[in-house]
Amino acid sequence: MKTAAEKEITSTAIDSISYKFKTKSSDFIPRSLTLLAVLIIIAILAVIIINIVLEGIGTISWGFLTQPPQNGMESGGIFPAIFGTVTLVMLMTIAVVPIGVLSAIYLHEYTSPNSKITRLIKIAINNLAGVPSIVFGLFGLGFFIGFIGTGIDSVFFEGSHPVWGQPAIIWAALTLSILTLPVVIISTEEALRTIPPELKDASYALGATKLQTIIRIIIPQAMPGILTGAILSISRGAGEVAPIMFTGAAYYLPYLPVKLNDQFMELGYHIYVMATQSPDVEKTKPILFGTVLVLLVLTFMLNFTAIYIRSKMRRRRISA
Amino acid sequence: MEEYKFKKKSRALEFLGKKFIALNAFVAMIAVLLIFVFIFKESIPIFTNSEMQEEASLHKMTFKQEYYEGRDAKWSWQPNSDVPKYSLLPLFIGTLKAAIIAMLIAVPLGVGAAIYSSEFASKHSREIIKPAIELLAGIPSVVLGFFALMILATALQKTLGLTFRLNATNAGIALGCAVIPIIFSIAEDALTSVPRSLREAALALGASHWQVSFTMVLPAALPGIAAGIVLGFGRAIGETMIVLMASGNAAIISGSLTDSVRTFSATIAAELGEVVFGSAHYNVLFFIGTLLFIFTFMINLGGEFVLAKLKIKIQGEN
Repeated sequence: MKTAAEKEITSTAIDSISYKFKTKSSDFIPRSLTLLAVLIIIAILAVIIINIVLEGIGTISWGFLTQPPQNGMESGGIFPAIFGTVTLVMLMTIAVVPIGVLSAIYLHEYTSPNSKITRLIKIAINNLAGVPSIVFGLFGLGFFIGFIGTGIDSVFFEGSHPVWGQPAIIWAALTLSILTLPVVIISTEEALRTIPPELKDASYALGATKLQTIIRIIIPQAMPGILTGAILSISRGAGEVAPIMFTGAAYYLPYLPVKLNDQFMELGYHIYVMATQSPDVEKTKPILFGTVLVLLVLTFMLNFTAIYIRSKMRRRRISA
Repeated sequence: MEEYKFKKKSRALEFLGKKFIALNAFVAMIAVLLIFVFIFKESIPIFTNSEMQEEASLHKMTFKQEYYEGRDAKWSWQPNSDVPKYSLLPLFIGTLKAAIIAMLIAVPLGVGAAIYSSEFASKHSREIIKPAIELLAGIPSVVLGFFALMILATALQKTLGLTFRLNATNAGIALGCAVIPIIFSIAEDALTSVPRSLREAALALGASHWQVSFTMVLPAALPGIAAGIVLGFGRAIGETMIVLMASGNAAIISGSLTDSVRTFSATIAAELGEVVFGSAHYNVLFFIGTLLFIFTFMINLGGEFVLAKLKIKIQGEN
């Protein structure tokens, strides 16, 4: 015969056993379901990359990367598209990096995070990041070409032929620079947050002004973040097609863009037109997959570099 | 005396420097304003010009129209036919269909992976998951569209026996791949921002690991996860190249998810190149752009508001 106390102990023990069992079994289902989600995502990624690499690798050769297209894109290479893409993102970087870096410095060094102006600018940055890319294309067409370009033409160039009021590499680059502005601002801001305040205090204590401190201390210290932002914006810009469709990209040009108001060929646009408007997709297929592979390798390399620099920077913050 | 002059000079420089830096900070704000002004400007004739309204008024874009005498009234998008038809309903349905399929794929995968990464994953496996998602985010949308067009479409048609090779499901799956990283990163951020001390307190009270996650972390992070889903939906509505290449671009009204669809964004991308400057068609395309801008603007504003509130709430508890 058990006493009442013993009974109580046994029943609690049984309770606790059944309780443990319950939590174990209820842990298994969510864990495996969410793990399944992760595995599916990785599988999707693998399927995309493997398919493109396998189909495209055979086309890649030195000639493919350095020659212009021939026979209506059925043979030859994609050099003009690579050249156009590189020139485009370089122009874009020149425009976006100074503006983005200075914006971040203003937000972080000159205003308090809770002031109205900071909040308004942050709302604008977040919204800019969410505007659909095709809307940027419309904006580039309406503002840069229709307003600024046509405006320059009507003031400086008389005659019916548009000089600046037409699709051109400079307008495409400026459109892209507005699209990638949030990327640069956000990653520069992240870098500014990792700078220990002691450095700034030391600089002020030595008699440096705020501007001197920004130029000599803050910008050099934030360099990894600025670099990450620039690389990420290049990777984003190199992959965007919708904003440049109407602002400067051309399917085929016999010349390379050398003036700011030239049109240009671009990898992403090249892929889009070849894949959707080619009369014989089977014939252009190898070149098409080769071009996709080049674009994919380009953006992945840029992204990896950015991830690497950022992880190094984060480690600095932890050790600081 | 000289020292004083030097100081004064540098003060002017200081002042100018500050103003110059501030000027740059306003570029983002001015850009958002200019985008709205310049896109909306081109769609104004639809509201003011009576000639334009003969072809495309708000009424004609939303309600059933009798285009030919004696035939049934219908909604139809055929801007290049001899009787131009500018009903936005087929495009609206197409956009919604592609976005819904994308969300059906991206929400479970994105949220699931975020929960795994923040609640179950070891540090080591997190170092695989996060770069993988970043890689997925780094794939240009034209490459995803290309993949859906050349490879996924054929595979889907073979396995499901579909009539249309390019359809809403095909585009939606590819679109989902573009939305997964957005939902994942926002949801994961919300989950990991729940303070460690709260988790530890619950664990100390005897709760199991999953009990902590399910009864405490998830409810606390729920607004953040919801915001991630809403922002992902905004991206799905606005994404252009994927739907342009993979959806078939046929503006038809149907309930079937395996019919071809034409979305708002793809319509702009496909038609703006050939449109006559200043025509009704041109203005309608810019009007669609305005709608897209306003819609994503609202979604972003709402999403950011929820995330900011969540941050304050969680930090307040800290």
